[in-house]
Amino acid sequence: MVATRTKRVIRLEPTDVFIYIIGALIVFVVVVGSIATLSQGKYSINAWVDLFVFGVTLGSIYSLIALGYTMVYGILRMINFAHSEVFMSGPFTAYFLAEAFSRSGFLNQSPVIALILIFALSMGTSVLVAVLIERIAYRPLRNAPRLVPLITAIGASFFVQYMFRGLYGTNIKVYPEIEALKGQITLGAFRVSYIQILVIVAAAAMMLGLHLFVQKTRTGKAMRAVAEDRSTAALMGINVDNIIVTTFILGGALAGAAGVLYALVFTQVHFFMGFIPGIKAFTAAVLGGIGNIPGAMLGGLFLGVIESLGPMLFLDGLGITAPYQLKDAIAFSLLVLVLIFRPTGILGERIREKKA
Amino acid sequence: MLELRDVHSYYGHIHALKGISLSVEKGEIVTLIGANGAGKTTTLRTISGLLHPRHGSIWLDGERLDGLPPDIIVRKGVGQSPEGRQIFPRLTVMENLEMGAYTRNDKEGIRRDLEHVFGLFPRLAERRNQPGGTLSGGEQQMLAIGRALMCRPRVLLLDEPSMGLAPLLVETIFNIIRELNREGTTILLVEQNAAKALAVAHRGYVIETGHIVLSDNAANLRQNDLVRKAYLGET
Repeated sequence: MVATRTKRVIRLEPTDVFIYIIGALIVFVVVVGSIATLSQGKYSINAWVDLFVFGVTLGSIYSLIALGYTMVYGILRMINFAHSEVFMSGPFTAYFLAEAFSRSGFLNQSPVIALILIFALSMGTSVLVAVLIERIAYRPLRNAPRLVPLITAIGASFFVQYMFRGLYGTNIKVYPEIEALKGQITLGAFRVSYIQILVIVAAAAMMLGLHLFVQKTRTGKAMRAVAEDRSTAALMGINVDNIIVTTFILGGALAGAAGVLYALVFTQVHFFMGFIPGIKAFTAAVLGGIGNIPGAMLGGLFLGVIESLGPMLFLDGLGITAPYQLKDAIAFSLLVLVLIFRPTGILGERIREKKA
Repeated sequence: MLELRDVHSYYGHIHALKGISLSVEKGEIVTLIGANGAGKTTTLRTISGLLHPRHGSIWLDGERLDGLPPDIIVRKGVGQSPEGRQIFPRLTVMENLEMGAYTRNDKEGIRRDLEHVFGLFPRLAERRNQPGGTLSGGEQQMLAIGRALMCRPRVLLLDEPSMGLAPLLVETIFNIIRELNREGTTILLVEQNAAKALAVAHRGYVIETGHIVLSDNAANLRQNDLVRKAYLGET
């Protein structure tokens, strides 16, 4: 009896073994690939710095979107899959304003005011879409089993996507470029374009603002209280519905801003544009530990940098041609790795399961 | 002041409260004693609006409470220290207390009440910047009571404040309850520790499987045969 029991403790499940082998393989490829690439010395330090800066830029955008996923998860314990459409709806709507500004010349006459208006319209649209989704699709299901709102979220995502396709058409629309943002700064090995500076500074400012809001204000503290225990929060006199709406407003505003930044970097918008960044940002939120606000910020930056540096660093040295096309594979391999070795994410802690 | 009239509550299909009627007058400590699962916590959850009664009505100073959402009921003056304390583990002691005062805007009054709570529970003052989850059980109970006081309740509902505490701490908590009452706080106290509860209370109700089976002043209940056998452990 005793012997069999000891055996059972030591025995590893075959799936665990398989998973660890996959994990070890990925780590092996990363290490060997990096050494091979660096020893060949094919790329200059400038090229690496460029890739890194681009990674931080992309990562800042992922972080902003990831915050929306993570805040909603923190409060409702559900993945808001429609968040990628919240992200798309803002810049897609603001495109028409940007285009009008561009045609009238206002965009280049006073780019600051024009940009502020474009951001305002984009953030406003995203907030409106986020709040409507919450009100119509999620709130009636607040006490339903967890799978129900999840499926609803996927449905809401498709609905919003195709609604915008119907509204604005299937064409890829080219976002007007702003003359004032075309230059770049060179600082030794550093070469940073104005757009990248705008993205990084704007994202950092918004994340700092969010952090202060959540930590210092009365509403922010109430958000944390609702995330920890909804019914006790109600016993404090907190209107839980209002706090949930506030969460969607914040997530929507960040996504709308992220959308304009994304459109400025990639200069195009279309109805399907939310899908990939949405899934990447979701990955970033899981990487950082879902439900954790600093985790989403960190996870986004981490993912952006790995995605940007990874293909060259890990794969080029192994003789793989056109490694950049494998950037998505690298991003998701990273997710697999984190889920194998640290299932709660980088900063995540085990979140208490909701009591009835 | 607080009055329940023939209140029936359900958990899904389970008929948990089968016609509860009770009242708490201004300045009183009234205790509701009963075994596990008798409906004590359900009664408090129904008063605070987490559960809506299917029949019957709940009144506070002539205003009807039943059917209102919990946050409005708090604003009307019902403060609760819930079962199992339920402090916010990752919020600091200070933030927990601030959440208790969520419904209020008078900065000066909040500051004074905060000092009052820290006066009652000096341990909380020492630990004000610590996350609530790092406190001991007794300290968490103090925080839960302090947090309920921060909304300046007209009626304070205390759910099992002695649960899981060492005897010395139980003594402290009951002294605090007496002290709060002397200051004029009206209290509805739910307890399994009937001996202690009847020692501080003016009146009491005994609840069994969703019915009130006895109600009397505390001194008489202590002498009652049923109470002595079932709840005081005497023979």
